[in-house]
Amino acid sequence: MPTPTKGPRLGGSPAHERLMLANLATALFTHGRITTTEAKAKRLRPYAEKLISKAKVGDLHNRREILKVIRDKDVVHKLFAEIGPFFVDRNGGYTRITKTLARKGDNAPMAVIELVQQKLVTTEAEAARKTKFAKDEKAAAPAAVESDAESDSSAKVVDQDAEAPESATKDAAKDPAEGADEAPKAEDKKDES
Amino acid sequence: MAVPKRKMSRSNTRSRRAQWKTSAVHLVACSNKACRAPKPQHIACPTCGQYDGRQVVQPA
Repeated sequence: MPTPTKGPRLGGSPAHERLMLANLATALFTHGRITTTEAKAKRLRPYAEKLISKAKVGDLHNRREILKVIRDKDVVHKLFAEIGPFFVDRNGGYTRITKTLARKGDNAPMAVIELVQQKLVTTEAEAARKTKFAKDEKAAAPAAVESDAESDSSAKVVDQDAEAPESATKDAAKDPAEGADEAPKAEDKKDES
Repeated sequence: MAVPKRKMSRSNTRSRRAQWKTSAVHLVACSNKACRAPKPQHIACPTCGQYDGRQVVQPA
């Protein structure tokens, strides 16, 4: 059972709270980073991350579930096409809240909530080393090429730094290419924000 | 409706108001070595806009 939120609703009534959270989530996915009050940011974080988790699954059912909340189809498309795939390797913690100076006028504590733009440290390391860590490799290794995989993997382990046989270099070259495609994207996003 | 029976003396008023005190804001030096400006703790630096080595806000 989900834990009920403590304290009063945002905006006064349950309906108003639903609308506020939906609007905040829409704004967050549109702009990637929004400045809001600390209380709203804290309530938005689990709400937005659950939507991203749904987007990562990427099927029609989840798209309809998200459309219940976010009524802007462009934003939903962005969520499925860009935001979801970007967070493939990250298990939760898609957003970051940083507190900022209190608002002038009513001294309300403010915060910046943003989608995390960096890739995981392990992903970057794998891209740099042009290999995969042992635990990731097991999951990634396809079952179809079991016989080939054995010889390949043994060759890879031996010749990681030295000159590898052709089959191993091919495999190794494939991995960084995937990482390289994603890495510049992340940098672009950083520049925009 | 309850109403005061006596006028509050100037002395009583001033004694009460003498207890209204402010406290200084707790400030720490910004962790950005190039900045080092005093700022409230756990808050993105208003001078350089960084928090934890990350640019969070545009400095005003």
